[in-house]
Amino acid sequence: MREKVMYTLAVIGMALLTWNLYKILFVLPQEANVAAYQIVYFHVPAAFTAFTGFIVALAASALYIATSDLQYDAYAAGVTEVALAFASVNLATGMIWARFAWGIWWAWDARLTSMLTCWLMYAGYLILRRAIEEPTQRARLSAFVSILGCVNVAFVYKAIEWFRTQHPSPVLSIRQGGGMGSGMEAPIYWNWLAMLCFAGVLVIVRMRQEAVSREIDSLRRMAHAY
Amino acid sequence: MSPREFQFVFGGFLTAWLILVIYAVSLGLRERRLRKELDRVRQMVEKR
Repeated sequence: MREKVMYTLAVIGMALLTWNLYKILFVLPQEANVAAYQIVYFHVPAAFTAFTGFIVALAASALYIATSDLQYDAYAAGVTEVALAFASVNLATGMIWARFAWGIWWAWDARLTSMLTCWLMYAGYLILRRAIEEPTQRARLSAFVSILGCVNVAFVYKAIEWFRTQHPSPVLSIRQGGGMGSGMEAPIYWNWLAMLCFAGVLVIVRMRQEAVSREIDSLRRMAHAY
Repeated sequence: MSPREFQFVFGGFLTAWLILVIYAVSLGLRERRLRKELDRVRQMVEKR
């Protein structure tokens, strides 16, 4: 069943991505064809996918605190790792666009820096998990870091409205931006959906690994008990 | 699209997918390592 879901998500993701690439490169109006604007179609959906993952991880962490079920902790860890990969895509594509538009790879403005601190926080979450051996202690501490990290996610999301700095202001109509021409906004959401499908595939693989790790741990305990 | 713009757009797209592909490959390698470890531990338990 899990395999079927995985392959279905991969096929849907690939189909959506191919269709979106065609639209982004050949169908979009001329306004999208300036200043390497097409990068936005990967930069923004990658951020949305990462934020979705961090919010799911927050829910799983809260569920762990409420129930002490380690399955939720494993789910939070898996989703966070995948979300961090998408956050890396967001930062890297942003830097490439910045090099083109501003002539610099990075600016220490509030919007960029807040995303970097968010990335560092979740990278720290994964490092913390490796540093603690005892599963319940690891799960409890990780859950608190995940919850704290999500406060940072909310800050990053609002930062492009609160701070008028180098990073462009919101352009999407759902954020009262209105800076995109008609038909230019939809591929962002379709790409978000495609990325969510790929994230789903990666999370399924990651969860399968968690199950194998648990099996290894229980076999080891069994071996030591003899 | 000017050649310079194309370079940056292509670079952006390539970087985005390269990061995800590298992560997916690392997941695959980790899975292979875990499966090997599982087989090793299973054999160890069976021997005992």
